[in-house]
Amino acid sequence: MSIVHHLEEDILLDHAAGTLAEGFSLAVATHLAICPACRERYAMIEGTGGALLEDIEPATDTDASWQSLRTRIAGAPLPTAKPARRGSAGGSAPILPEPLRSYVGSDVDAIHWKAMPGAAQFIIQTRDGRAVARLLRIPAGKPVPEHTHRGMEMTLVLSGAFSDEDGTFTRGDIEIADGSLTHQPVATDDADCICLAVTEAPLKFKSWIVRLFQPVLGI
Amino acid sequence: MTTVLSIGQATCQTSKPLAAQREYAVRPAPRGVARTDKMAVDLNDKKALNILMRQKLFAVATSRDVAAFEELFRYYGPRVRAYMAKLCRDGQLAEELMQETMVAVWNKAALYSPDKGNVSTWIFTIARNQRIDHWRKANRPDFDPNDPAFVPAEITPADAAFDMNEDADRLHRAMETLPPEQLELLKLSFFEEASHGSISEKLGLPLGTVKSRIRLAFAKLRTALEDRS
Repeated sequence: MSIVHHLEEDILLDHAAGTLAEGFSLAVATHLAICPACRERYAMIEGTGGALLEDIEPATDTDASWQSLRTRIAGAPLPTAKPARRGSAGGSAPILPEPLRSYVGSDVDAIHWKAMPGAAQFIIQTRDGRAVARLLRIPAGKPVPEHTHRGMEMTLVLSGAFSDEDGTFTRGDIEIADGSLTHQPVATDDADCICLAVTEAPLKFKSWIVRLFQPVLGI
Repeated sequence: MTTVLSIGQATCQTSKPLAAQREYAVRPAPRGVARTDKMAVDLNDKKALNILMRQKLFAVATSRDVAAFEELFRYYGPRVRAYMAKLCRDGQLAEELMQETMVAVWNKAALYSPDKGNVSTWIFTIARNQRIDHWRKANRPDFDPNDPAFVPAEITPADAAFDMNEDADRLHRAMETLPPEQLELLKLSFFEEASHGSISEKLGLPLGTVKSRIRLAFAKLRTALEDRS
């Protein structure tokens, strides 16, 4: 099974430049972990960042900087190698690749799923909170729960598959939807579909009255 | 250590009257042995530059070589600082973030491997992550090639390493041939931390135009890299 649905250059560029919200970068990095083709394209894009750094107009006063840095590294203890974090020590490869597994805290078998209508979910904490990242487990043959699209949505399949107007998405496939796309993904019949779904954080309104009615108004 | 480094100070070299030519005078004098190995690096020759920086980084990683680190610092420090200054007018803060970046380079030198790109790219990613940490108050998720779930490429990393420094030069020359509006887009993304969405607002261009310019730019760069003769 090979990956059919890849990432486009504009998203890879935003990931390389560090402009994506953390939740979206998590989906991109996890896709890159299992998609050598995108990783190769990404390497060149990140390399462009390195090349631009070489060409930037350098700052001056290097001597004072160096004296101060020299003192810092002289006093610093030698770093010790950190043991690699492993969420799953089992024999077979984990379902959740890094960096996702560390964000979740375990592989799929130890997740405390929370029930939601038509599916189960696990909210993933990010430090910046600019996007909401969650794992969804959609029962085989069932549609992905109704959700509104506000801004960008990224969906990365980790296990099982779903189908919609854009085709069938299996492990590693990533779908990027914006507000203009209406789609109704349905998990395929053979197995539950586990995917990472990232959406832009909902708008925060100052007025508590608006906040109160936000769910009703669907905004 | 008596390493003399004259990068950025425009030491004139008479044999090659190139304006951008700088001279690297590297004199590692181990245990009093007077040697004068002079290595001239044309800063426009990105291949030679990255090979030299790779050697310096290796020396830092294997023997905590302060003189080698000073050379890395004198080349990258002022550039990283300029990169930080793109997001703030506070020179002191830019200096601080640059120092954090270079301390990380010193500490993590042994973790560098060619699959992280050439040295310039690796240092760029460390600086970028400092920016994400400081300004966006966000963590940086990245894939881990040692993860058992990681899917490796079919080509061996050795092949990639072989081409990498060559690519640095080729990529650089290809970037010089990009139409100005495409190069500008890349600079806005990498330096001003503008997403393609906010660039479209900033420049008053439709999102589709920004996306297609980005695609065109990278398609052109990829063609240049694939055109290995």
